[in-house]
Amino acid sequence: MSTDIATHDPTTHETTTHEHAHPSDWQYIKIALLLAVLTALEVFTYFESVHNLSDAVLYVVLTVLMVLKFVYVVAWFMHLKFDSIIFRRVFQVGIVMALAVYLIMLTAFEIW
Amino acid sequence: MTITTDEVSTTDEVSEVAEETAAEETAAQTATHTVAPHADHQATSTGLSHNKLLMWMFLGSECLLFGALISTYLLLRERLPEGEIGPNDVFDIPFTSASSFVLLVSSLTMVLALANMNRGDERRFRIWLLCTALLGSIFIGGQAYEFTAFYNEGLGYTTNIFSSAFFSLTGFHGAHVTIGIIMLMSLLVLNMRGRLGPERAETVEIVGLYWHFVDIVWILIFTIVYLFPQ
Repeated sequence: MSTDIATHDPTTHETTTHEHAHPSDWQYIKIALLLAVLTALEVFTYFESVHNLSDAVLYVVLTVLMVLKFVYVVAWFMHLKFDSIIFRRVFQVGIVMALAVYLIMLTAFEIW
Repeated sequence: MTITTDEVSTTDEVSEVAEETAAEETAAQTATHTVAPHADHQATSTGLSHNKLLMWMFLGSECLLFGALISTYLLLRERLPEGEIGPNDVFDIPFTSASSFVLLVSSLTMVLALANMNRGDERRFRIWLLCTALLGSIFIGGQAYEFTAFYNEGLGYTTNIFSSAFFSLTGFHGAHVTIGIIMLMSLLVLNMRGRLGPERAETVEIVGLYWHFVDIVWILIFTIVYLFPQ
């Protein structure tokens, strides 16, 4: 019973959900700079592709860069790296479901 | 008027009780100030903010929406008949790259706005929030310019299966950005009217989550639609 009261206590609640330290402004700027560099690399591959890179290499490189950017924004700017694991799981369910459903659909339509 | 010993003793007790009550009230106020920056939601059975949980669930479901639009685009682009106007004929990668940078920077300004609100610096919060809305507006302006340029080159919404899928996908994303700008401006107005302070920073965080989601969707669209080899 006393545990229940502690769980529902607003002060305890705030401690559990916000006990993480928020990154500093400078850390946010560093992440943004990294994202800008990754985007610049992506754009570079587009121009470079005109000359010599094969499509297979481009697909792999661009996918890796895209996933890196996605993960950095979600983890740092959306604070999922520091927030409750429940939020992470809820979002992961959406991503995994979308990936599963549409990869199956694209395979069924023989896109590969 | 004569005051008896009993009356004096009762008066002392009352003043002691009053002092204790005042001390308790002060302690309670201090405790309230300690949790105030994030205390705009009630305690829940999970110990988590239901508003924030709801936003994450909404964003999870949005993954399915944009997944459907991106898959449809990939599918229809592959089936574009030879000779019809396609991505290689209309895409302007340098221009779209600049738009992508603009949206990326808007994510930084959004997170700085939230950080300043959490610190209680409302003046800087308003500046960064305004920057975010402005950058979002520049992105939408760029998209409107791009759509107009495509249309002038003969690519309308019903020209072919590629154009229908392309305009549906990027149009849906643009609508999301527009809704985000409206939410940002609403936050700004609420703050200027004194109805959104550091004690309601979670509201800013939730709108921020939506804004960053719009950014990550564009990360996918930019790579898959514009940069993947056609």
